[in-house]
Amino acid sequence: MNAPVRRVAVAVLVMFGLLFVNLNYVQFVQADKLRRNDGNKRLLLQTYDRQRGSIVVNGKAVAVSIATNDKLKYLRTYPGGPTYAHVTGYYSLVYGSSAIEKAEDSVLSGDDDRLLIRRVSDLITKGRTPRGGDAVLTLNADAQAMATSLLRGRRGSVVAMDPRSGAILTMVSSPTYDPGPLASHDVAKIRAAWTPLASNLQKPLLNRAIQETYSIGSTMKVIISATALQNGYTPSTQIPAPRTYTPPQTSVPLPNYDGTTCSGTGHQTLADALRVSCNTAFAGLGVKLGADKIKAQAAQFGVGDKLSIPMRVAVSDLGQLADPPQVAQSSIGQRDVRLTPLQNCMVAAAVANNGTLNTPYLVQELDAPGFQPIFRASPTVLHHPMPADVASQLQGMMVGVVDSGTGTQAKVPGFVVGGKTGTAQNGNGSPDHGWFIGFAGKEGEAPPIAIAVVLEQAGRGGSHDASLIAGKVMKAYLDSPAAR
Amino acid sequence: MTAPVIAPQRRTRRGSELFLLIFVVLLAAVVSVAIEGALGEGVTPAPLWFAATLALMFGITHVAIRLFAPYADPVLFPLVALLNGLGVALIHRLDLAAAAPNERFKVHFLTGNASLQLAWTAVGLVLLIAVLVIIRDHRSLARYSYTLGLVGLGLLAVPALLPASLSEVNGARIWIRFAGFSIQPGEFAKIAVIVFFASYLVAKRDVLSLASRRIAGIDFPRGRDLGPVVVAWLASLLVLIFEKDLGSSLLFFGIFIVMLYVATQRTSWLLIGLMLFAGGAFVAWTLFAHVQDRVAIWLHPFKDANGKGFQIVQALYGLATGRLFGTGPGAGRPEIVPYANSDFIVATIGEELGLFGLTAILVVYALIVGRGLRTALTVRDSFGKLLAAGLAFSMALQVFVVVGGVTKLIPLTGLTTPFLSYGGSSLVANYVLVGLLLRISDAARRPPASQQAVQPLANAPTEMVRL
Repeated sequence: MNAPVRRVAVAVLVMFGLLFVNLNYVQFVQADKLRRNDGNKRLLLQTYDRQRGSIVVNGKAVAVSIATNDKLKYLRTYPGGPTYAHVTGYYSLVYGSSAIEKAEDSVLSGDDDRLLIRRVSDLITKGRTPRGGDAVLTLNADAQAMATSLLRGRRGSVVAMDPRSGAILTMVSSPTYDPGPLASHDVAKIRAAWTPLASNLQKPLLNRAIQETYSIGSTMKVIISATALQNGYTPSTQIPAPRTYTPPQTSVPLPNYDGTTCSGTGHQTLADALRVSCNTAFAGLGVKLGADKIKAQAAQFGVGDKLSIPMRVAVSDLGQLADPPQVAQSSIGQRDVRLTPLQNCMVAAAVANNGTLNTPYLVQELDAPGFQPIFRASPTVLHHPMPADVASQLQGMMVGVVDSGTGTQAKVPGFVVGGKTGTAQNGNGSPDHGWFIGFAGKEGEAPPIAIAVVLEQAGRGGSHDASLIAGKVMKAYLDSPAAR
Repeated sequence: MTAPVIAPQRRTRRGSELFLLIFVVLLAAVVSVAIEGALGEGVTPAPLWFAATLALMFGITHVAIRLFAPYADPVLFPLVALLNGLGVALIHRLDLAAAAPNERFKVHFLTGNASLQLAWTAVGLVLLIAVLVIIRDHRSLARYSYTLGLVGLGLLAVPALLPASLSEVNGARIWIRFAGFSIQPGEFAKIAVIVFFASYLVAKRDVLSLASRRIAGIDFPRGRDLGPVVVAWLASLLVLIFEKDLGSSLLFFGIFIVMLYVATQRTSWLLIGLMLFAGGAFVAWTLFAHVQDRVAIWLHPFKDANGKGFQIVQALYGLATGRLFGTGPGAGRPEIVPYANSDFIVATIGEELGLFGLTAILVVYALIVGRGLRTALTVRDSFGKLLAAGLAFSMALQVFVVVGGVTKLIPLTGLTTPFLSYGGSSLVANYVLVGLLLRISDAARRPPASQQAVQPLANAPTEMVRL
């Protein structure tokens, strides 16, 4: 009977061999494919085992993970709430993550290689799972709160940056949302919170500051002015300012806003044309300068650049500018000119910073647990759109706009404020967008803040309100103890 | 036959057994500490108590083996003790996963399922010792073979005869539930039936190995000798039909065919068995929706990954997430897989201990089976040989069916993983099985009672010649 027992032993070996080969197939050959399958929640759940780092503004956490008694160890909460929603983004079991939560995920989650050494030493010395690193933002809490409250009930965006560094001081998009419920551990609650947000026609999840592009109306005249000043014009150069202007190659005349007259003489200085926002003057000026020079100047302001702040910024564009009628319309910010609020803020920032444009950024510092920085932002120059003397002339022209032109609502007592208003038609009979871009600072000093405000389809008075908001937000920043 | 006239004094090797048991207890303690470290903020005294309990229970059993089966195989018990200890640790780990984080470490001893499993371990060890004490010679079992056969069939049939409310859990009617307890009589039936098969086949093997027709170089039995195999086949099908227990059905039939083959040495029985299996499988597949379901899930688990395929798909994700070295004990998410502590404990091991850990477990099973088959080879009497081979093979087949099912090698059938799975019946029954193997191995390795009296060639058992 021993011979068949030996054969049974061989059969058993074959059976275990089959199991072994199959295990190698599942756990080695196919492992990566299976692991990364969307149905495998293990990798996602793993991230909830470690305390995610905080997102910090002016020393206070606007997003922080707290220990829970759930199956998932840590719950993401947002003390910053709707005020910071578009900057922090959300961190959801069901819908993934967005904004800083997504862009800085490796540091916040603790997976980043720069945290590796700490992770190992933590494990040995403290014997516990290490936490993620913190992201400290450039935002100013006072300006952010002011902008949020002023935009409440409106659609639009406020973006402000420090022209001297590129640090973003305010980033508000309205309507906003509360990221808290989206970070819940209860799938039903998450879905219940998400569905009305995703289907809302006002798009509360959209960060209008960087993800939406708009016609910019008369704020375009700052770019045209910069082009002119670099091509032989001075602020006091007399330029034609007729009642209506009919560009070459068309018979359709281009009127002024409300059909008004810019100047009794039919001529005015470049500075005055900007101050009263004369459409016919700038349309003619644009055609005279030509498409190439305008495009080159806009590119120097960053139009067409692909930026990450670290979130992706939608690319701004002037459109074709194929013939004089198009150039004429584009010179007053109509036609196919489409800029993000951040891009328009960068135009004001470059002028304010004496012609040097710094790359905008939102993350000031990344800290390992225990406040040891692993990254510190340092300003980098993106472009030099104009020489300092030209910038200085343009600053003066923009200060004129706020002093005695269309932008008087933006005044901040005790500070020098420059800017430009805009009213942008956006086709098919819907109300106009209202704009203001500008800067503010102490007399004789480089302005510490540049701003762009857009009010979507605000109609008549939109630019008036935008100027008002810009002034209040800039004041909030200039008065803020947190501002350097 | 060149066996020495006087066999050298064989060593009992009980010291090796003790040494291996100490290693087993240490391993269980280390795994428990690792689990607590990974799941909590520190380590409680629970692993210490757990290890102490194991040491006490295994120690008592070791002493009993020294007393009642001193020549028993020294590796067999440490091997199953390793699986048992690791199993309780993993069940504890899954208990912790099910508890709220702040409730986890309030009690500094095993609780819930793990403490129950530890209690069942004690019961199993008591029965193992009882087997060694009561059955002093395994051949005495042959006398009760028909009784055991009837008892086995009865145990197998009880759940089918009971109302579903007392026997059905998750679609399979394989339980007897009363007074808060539930036992799976099939686990005990398996052993009784193997004893019966061994005794029956030894008695009838001359008839069954008679050949009448030679087809394609293989001797096939006469038609009228097909009786027993057909009966076993029908019994298996009945289990499948009335209890919806695919795994046991396959297990019983497989064990019978292999024991028949070992008894008769006729390859033809294997072929006949395979054909009957194929026929039965086809008929079952055509007739029963639950069999079709199992096959469909096996072929296309991802088609319904959140429904019927959920369990196997999650098990595969777990195995794949563990990869070569595993996430580490306590660091994975094995609790996502339904029934991770019983049918799918292999997926838990694969996820947290990796391919290496799971392979090590397979090697442990292979060693257990190997030790059983080695006992079959060395024991002198035919009944002992067949019984040991049957018991050893039943373990091999069960591991193959359950591990193959969980890893999608074959369709999934509900069987427990011996010594690892949560469940008292399986654990206790398997300790009885190991008790029998220890008893037979004791007989196999025990030197002849009075060596002087042995007249080697004249008294040599005939089986030796058959080598």
